[in-house]
Amino acid sequence: MASGSLGGFLVLVLAVSICHAAASVFHPISDSHRSAAAELFAPVDGSFGSLEEAYEALRSFEVLGINKKSDIRTTTCQSVVEKLRSSSSAPKYLFYALKVNGILECTVINEVFEGIASRLKTNVNGASSLLEFYYSIGSLVLIKDQSPEVDVLLADAGGVFHSIKSLSQSDGRWRFSSDNPEASTYAAGLALEALSGVIELASSEVDQSKIGTLKSDILKLFDSIEKYDDGTIYFDEKVVDLREHQSPLSTTASVIRGLTAFATVTSGNIKIPGDKILGLAKFFLGIGIPGNAKDFFNQIDSLASLESNKVPIPLVLSLPATVLSLTKKDQLQVKVNTVLGSSAPPLTVKLVKAFSSGSKAASKIASQELKFDKESGSHFLDVLPESIDVGSYTFVFEVVLHDSEEENVYATGGSTQVQIFITGVIKIENAEIAVLDSDIGSIETQKKLDLARGSTVSLSANHLQKLRLSFQLTTPSGHAFKPHQVFLKLTHETKVEHIFVVGISGQKFEKILDFLGLVEKFYYLSGSYDIQLTVGDAVMENSFLRAIGQIDLDLPEAPEKASRPPSPAVDPYSKYGPKAEITHIFRVPEKRPSQELSLVFLGLVLLPLIGFFIGLLRLGVNLKNFPTSAVPATFGILFHVGIAAVLLLYVLFWLKLDLFTTLKTLGLLGAFLLFVGHRILSHLASTSSKLKSA
Amino acid sequence: MGKASSSSTAQDALALFDSFRSAYSATPTTLKIIDLYIGFAVSTALIQVVYMALVGSFPFNSFLSGVLSCVGTAVLAVCLRIQVNKENKEFKDLAPERAFADFVLCNVVLHLVIMNFLG
Repeated sequence: MASGSLGGFLVLVLAVSICHAAASVFHPISDSHRSAAAELFAPVDGSFGSLEEAYEALRSFEVLGINKKSDIRTTTCQSVVEKLRSSSSAPKYLFYALKVNGILECTVINEVFEGIASRLKTNVNGASSLLEFYYSIGSLVLIKDQSPEVDVLLADAGGVFHSIKSLSQSDGRWRFSSDNPEASTYAAGLALEALSGVIELASSEVDQSKIGTLKSDILKLFDSIEKYDDGTIYFDEKVVDLREHQSPLSTTASVIRGLTAFATVTSGNIKIPGDKILGLAKFFLGIGIPGNAKDFFNQIDSLASLESNKVPIPLVLSLPATVLSLTKKDQLQVKVNTVLGSSAPPLTVKLVKAFSSGSKAASKIASQELKFDKESGSHFLDVLPESIDVGSYTFVFEVVLHDSEEENVYATGGSTQVQIFITGVIKIENAEIAVLDSDIGSIETQKKLDLARGSTVSLSANHLQKLRLSFQLTTPSGHAFKPHQVFLKLTHETKVEHIFVVGISGQKFEKILDFLGLVEKFYYLSGSYDIQLTVGDAVMENSFLRAIGQIDLDLPEAPEKASRPPSPAVDPYSKYGPKAEITHIFRVPEKRPSQELSLVFLGLVLLPLIGFFIGLLRLGVNLKNFPTSAVPATFGILFHVGIAAVLLLYVLFWLKLDLFTTLKTLGLLGAFLLFVGHRILSHLASTSSKLKSA
Repeated sequence: MGKASSSSTAQDALALFDSFRSAYSATPTTLKIIDLYIGFAVSTALIQVVYMALVGSFPFNSFLSGVLSCVGTAVLAVCLRIQVNKENKEFKDLAPERAFADFVLCNVVLHLVIMNFLG
């Protein structure tokens, strides 16, 4: 059990070290995205919930090259036409209906477009918020693309441009409306797209100086960009608690849409540095496959925008494998693709530098070019350079385009750093274990060990002797290898464990256990000890944890003061097991008499009362003494009522009231009773004394 | 001989009983009522004791409060009888109404405690 847990720990350590290092390799969009798209955008009964969702699905399918139009065409086209014909559709719904129509090409007559266009133009002139501008202008641009005959040109393009621009802020961000002071980066993306639409729809040329200020706005926006260490960059909202907060993904996607739209209408004369574009591409690729449809659409749509040749097209360098085995003679393979996975123009990949990850020392290799394999479309290195041994390295690649003219078209981002693990089978040599006599150091018994196969030895020693374990580790290229972990473990029959770190001396790993100095640590426990050796490293393909035999130790008797061996460790997994069942002990209920008997005695208890009443009748008791005049009679009645009330209060106290309530009420009743009692009794006393004296 | 003596004892007892009855009939009705009340309270207490002897003393506080209520009120009634009795020269100056007021007050206090103890 203990060795199992140690093994588990080693695996964990190795896994963590690998995960930590294997960052910053970005793979382009692949087939796994295509299958994920089919799952994320699954129409229900041949249609999507809304036209917005339908557009996101269709656009993603279009970019990924999945042909699913026919499945949803009928029902979706029906709702598109419905939305376009309805005169009450809001610009937002028209916008998405037109977007879907742009992909599905439903049959819509020109009159419908004309009606919408005139309505939208009035909308644009009366609009006050950014979203109104965005949807109305966006829809007009879409109508222009889908039906060129319809007149969509804006007469007062300069005025519209000015009213959108008036919502901008000095740092390049935009506000959603003039009465909302919160500025957002997301809104900036929408504004850029809307302004590009205005430029496109302008009946006369828009003033170049206005376009110039817009360009400087975009560059300012790039000043506020967020950055990760691996070169990934993205846009995020500065204020997190905006009412309509957008995630970094949708914010970045919005900016990229605006940027590419702007680059399209201004024929691409905006200069965004290639490494910024590459950083944005890395951001979208770095999120892998998003789990929800909206994020997926944002990722795919933005990557498609980046690849649309309006801004420098990012080229992504990816490696099919970052763990290479020296023993298996793995080839170093590098692929260069566009973000959507299509092939790159002719180019050369150079391996410029390689240095060990731990030290930032000089490069281990000379710069060399990778060969290109046309069939697989990958660049490769036949054999790794001699100087590369097992270990973890940082390789620096550089992508050089053959045609220097294309450097403006593509963004290669200069050099790319990739963490690479070179693994190999480590040779274990000269492994031997020996028992030495302490005083002269002469060898008593010596045994060879075959650590590769796992032979076991059996030794015996007393406290005056020493145990020596030694072995050598060599890498495939013949250098001494120092793994992360080399442990020697001795386990006594009673599960008491002792772990020693095996140190390196020169070329050799050696551990000498002097039992004389260890008797106290061993708790004077004689008997058989199991010996276990652990050698492990992330780049060592044959890491092992192996029992290599037993040693029979003869240690002296424990003196009285010696510390006791610790109690065996509790199995750490047992705390996840079922707990012992808790049995609750309740007081056994008292024996109760049968109900009949109790009822009989209830009747019996009432008998004396009846007897009392009968006795009263036989004695001829009467109420003749009761006062006849009104006032004393009232007091008499009140006196009896008061006593009855006190008794009733006692019954209530027994049934539900608490002591405090009862005492309060009793105080009031008592005062009343005292008063009326005094009046009636003193009246009676005076009458009786009068009677006596008479 | 033995028979004669036993019958004479019975006759003596009978004579004693008769004289007691004739003497008691002279007692005022008020005192007779109090005597009846004491008899009622004591016999109720006795029935509860018998019940306890039969079924056990489980809700012991209930049993105690039941019996003590009866015994307590009987004792109070005895006190009342002593004070009300005109033969007792000691309490000559005490009005019977005053004695009755004491009786009522003591009963109120006694039964408050009893109810608290009843559980």
